[in-house]
This record gives sequence, structure tokens and C-alpha cells, in this order.
Amino acid sequence: MIELKHLGKTYQTADQRIVALEDINLTIQDGEIFGIIGLSGAGKSTLVRCINLLETPTSGEVLVDGKSLTAMSQPELLKLRQSIGMIFQGFNLLEQRTVLRNVCFPLEIAGVKSQDAKKRARELLELVGLSDRENSYPSQLSGGQKQRVAIARALATNPKYILCDEATSALDPNTTSSILDLLHRINKELGVTIVVITHEMKVIDRICDRVAVIDHSHIAEEGKVSEVFINPTSEIARNLIFPRDRTVLETEGGKRLRLSFDGKTTCGPHIARMILACQAPVSILMANTKELDGVIYGYTIIELPTDPHQSDKIIGWLENSEISFEEVE
Amino acid sequence: MHFSDIFMKLWNAGLIQKGIWETIYMTVISTVISYILGLPLGVVLNITSRDGLHPISWLNKVLGLIVNFFRSIPFIVLMVSMLPVARLVVGSSLGNAAMIVMLVIAATPYVARLVESSLQEIDGGVIEAAQAMGCSNFQIVTKVLIPEAKPALITGGIISMVTILGYSAMAATIGGTGLGQIAIVYGHQRSKPDVTWVCVLLLVIIVQVMQAVGSAIVHRTDKRIRQ
Repeated sequence: MIELKHLGKTYQTADQRIVALEDINLTIQDGEIFGIIGLSGAGKSTLVRCINLLETPTSGEVLVDGKSLTAMSQPELLKLRQSIGMIFQGFNLLEQRTVLRNVCFPLEIAGVKSQDAKKRARELLELVGLSDRENSYPSQLSGGQKQRVAIARALATNPKYILCDEATSALDPNTTSSILDLLHRINKELGVTIVVITHEMKVIDRICDRVAVIDHSHIAEEGKVSEVFINPTSEIARNLIFPRDRTVLETEGGKRLRLSFDGKTTCGPHIARMILACQAPVSILMANTKELDGVIYGYTIIELPTDPHQSDKIIGWLENSEISFEEVE
Repeated sequence: MHFSDIFMKLWNAGLIQKGIWETIYMTVISTVISYILGLPLGVVLNITSRDGLHPISWLNKVLGLIVNFFRSIPFIVLMVSMLPVARLVVGSSLGNAAMIVMLVIAATPYVARLVESSLQEIDGGVIEAAQAMGCSNFQIVTKVLIPEAKPALITGGIISMVTILGYSAMAATIGGTGLGQIAIVYGHQRSKPDVTWVCVLLLVIIVQVMQAVGSAIVHRTDKRIRQ
């Protein structure tokens, strides 16, 4: 379990004080994939670096399995870092080492014998599907292959946790999917707890169990991905989940509602039923569905007729249905 | 083409061949010693800098000042002023051993700066990754910085060697040996241009060979080049 308690980080430059993180409280449970999403500059990269103390927090505490990192001596901290793997947007492989020796590197640092290290590295290259490239150098690999090597390297010391800092942001959509699938598989098969930092909602809804939304150095909201997805309470989460579409803004001006569907209500011709029951037309402005852990979630944004009588009738009908809804801008 | 009598005498006595050997020997020994001293100095300059692994402002400033001090003195002046140091170290201010001392004093600060800038080229992300794996600063220097900068360090070594070769010819003016001495004593002072030109040609060939061998080593070492 990783616990962040009242974590804060400020940078002092010559003429100003920059607050990167303020009063961050998070608990990451063993075995989950925890997402931290935010726009660039929100503080998410600083936050993930505070977890293994690559950045020293200026206030608060970081606890890993109940032990306080902020209170540790340097040698203890170096030792503990071996149980937290990390992968990066830029891969950060050693360019002058072969793939195999890159994966061996953390084992070398941990003092594992060369023969054992190579054996372990080969197992991991097998796991990430790069057994045939062990003698290649990073410059000979594609971005996706480099990230696979980085994942194998992060797993070498059998870490309990893996931190991913924008691990798929430099990759194309197909490669992103395959890397996310790999991370998901590692989580399920090896039971490794994964912390994912990203600015992309699709990364969160594809693999994460829980998510924290970070905005302007604070946690804006936190919860199960399905809950946050169905009912985002913060402005920033709404913006990330329901991207604003300019063409939507140019319509007749009736009330707009966002209808959210969870696994129970996704299937079924609800809108058609509503129109038939109320005898009133609606416009569908936007709709989307996502699958989270095998359950289909979705939302539809509709515009009600400008006639208040018809509009109230529809709202009345919705209130009696199982569909959750709210008015949107 | 006819060579002068002096050239034939030098050639037949094997003095030109000896000069080639002395030049190479002085250059190589001086380069090796300069690297043994300059490498750690360059590493310290790099890691104690503001963005380094372990910033120590005062140490960085003091070392930087010393390095700049020696680098700003023209070699010929440095050589004359360092005669007493040579006498102290090798017991004489004449001969090849003394010349090597001078060359090392002149080249070490140069090597240190080359090493420092080679290490600066290493991507900060790679260092961060190593830190995330639990590397100590010492391990980062020996397992990340130096191995990753190896091609640049070898290139720097060749540049230093060529520079030292140039210095070694200058050392002839105060009692050094080698091709520089032959060119000055026989070519210049006795006005025998053929001797000078043969020395020039030989020095050019030595530099070309050093450069070619060095580049080949770099090419083989650097794994960033797609094969």
C-alpha cells in the first residue's frame, strides 16, 4: 500500500515560490491499477516522483507498506527503490547496452550474480515478447519495443509496484493499446500494483481501477473509474471526460441534459421510449460508450424542446426512470 | 629530387626514425597520464555543478578557476614557467621526462573540460531512471555516465592527443626531442627546408593515422548508430 499524507512540494526560485503540489492525500491499494490524470502542468509528474522520492516533498509524508520514505536514510531509500519499478515517456534506456544488458541493469545494482541476472532477464524478455531482440541495441528498436524493454527492466527486481510516467504518450494509438494491455496483464498475472500518470482519459478507462484527477496542484476528485466516469463532480474531470465540442454550442437553445447509463441501463431503446411516452422530440447532440471491466457505460447529451410544457414532461419521465441525468451547459 | 647532406646524415644515422618514435611516445604517454588525471577531475566538475548529481558550489567554483587559470596560459609560456615543477617531479628540466610533465600540466585541464562536456551530453532521463532503480551516485558515474559517454570520451581522447602532439613540437624550443626538435634544430636553424618538410609530412601522417584509428574505434564503440 502506498499512502501519501498531506504531501506538498514547492520550488523556490530566485524571485518566486512555485507550488507544485499542495495537501495531496491518496491511498493506493495493493493489486490495483491507480490512475492519476491531469493536464500538463497540473503537478502529476512531480506527484509520481514524490512516490519514490526522486523529488523530495517539502511537506507531508510518503508511506510505502507503512514505512515512511521521508524518514529513511539514503541507503535504506536506495534499497527500497529496488522494489518500485518505474517507466517513462522517453523510455530512458541505456543506449550503449544491449536489450539484455539493459534488463540486467537493475539486477546488477541489486548485486545479483551475472548468470542469474541473465536468466531472469531472458524470462522477462519472453514475457514482454522480445526474446528475439536480446542482442539488439535500443537505437535499433521501435518506440513500442523500447517501452517493452523498459517494462521488462522495471520488473527485473520483482517489484511490488510500478510507476508509469506518461508511459504511452510518445506512442501511436495501436502501440499504446498493446503497451496498456501488457501493463494490464502484468497487473493481473503478477499482481503488481501499478500507478499510471497520464493526460489521456482513454488510458484511464482502459486499464485503471481507480482514478485521481489532479488540477492546479490539488486532487480535484478521486474514486472508482466507473463512478468518476458516470458522475464527475469536478469541473476538470468533466472537461477531461466530456470534451467540449464547438459545433454543439450552435443549436436552438433548449435545456440540455446529460443522460448517463451504467451496466443496467446501457442496453434498451430508452430515448425512443421516452419520445414515444412524452410525445415530444429531442435532439441528440453527443453520445459515447465505454467498456470498463466488462461493463458498458455510456452517456448521451440531448437537447429538449424549447416548449416548457414538453420539456417538463420529459424531465418528469426521466425522474421516474432508472436513468441518471443532469442538466449541462 | 635531391636531399641535402644533413638530411642524408640524419636519415642514415636513424635520427629521423628515432624522432618519429620519440614524438609518438611523448604524445601517447602524456595523453594517457592526462586522462588518468583529467577524467576524475572532469567527473567532479560535472557532478558538483549546479545541475549535477551532487552539487557542491564552492568546490565546483574552485576547480573551475584552477582549470581556467591553466587553460588561459599559452603553452609556450606555461612551459617556461613550469620548469621548476618539472625539476621537482622528475629531477631535471631537460629531456623527454621533463617534457611529459609539461605536456601533462598543459593537457590535464583541457581533458577535464572535454570530459565534463561529454558527460553533460547524457540524457537526464537516463540518470533519473538509474536513480529510480536505486543506483547510488557512485554507481551512476561508473555504470551510467562513463559507459554512456564512452564514444564522446574516446573522441575527446583523440582531440587531446592531436593537441598534445602539437604541444610536443613546441617543447623542442626548450630542449624537448622528437620531430619538432629535428625541424627546429636542423630545418630552421641550419636552413635546410627539406628536413623541415619531411618533419611536417611525418607529423601530418601521424595525425592522420591517430584520427583514422580513433574514428574507427568510436564507430565500433558507439551503439547509437544504426547498423
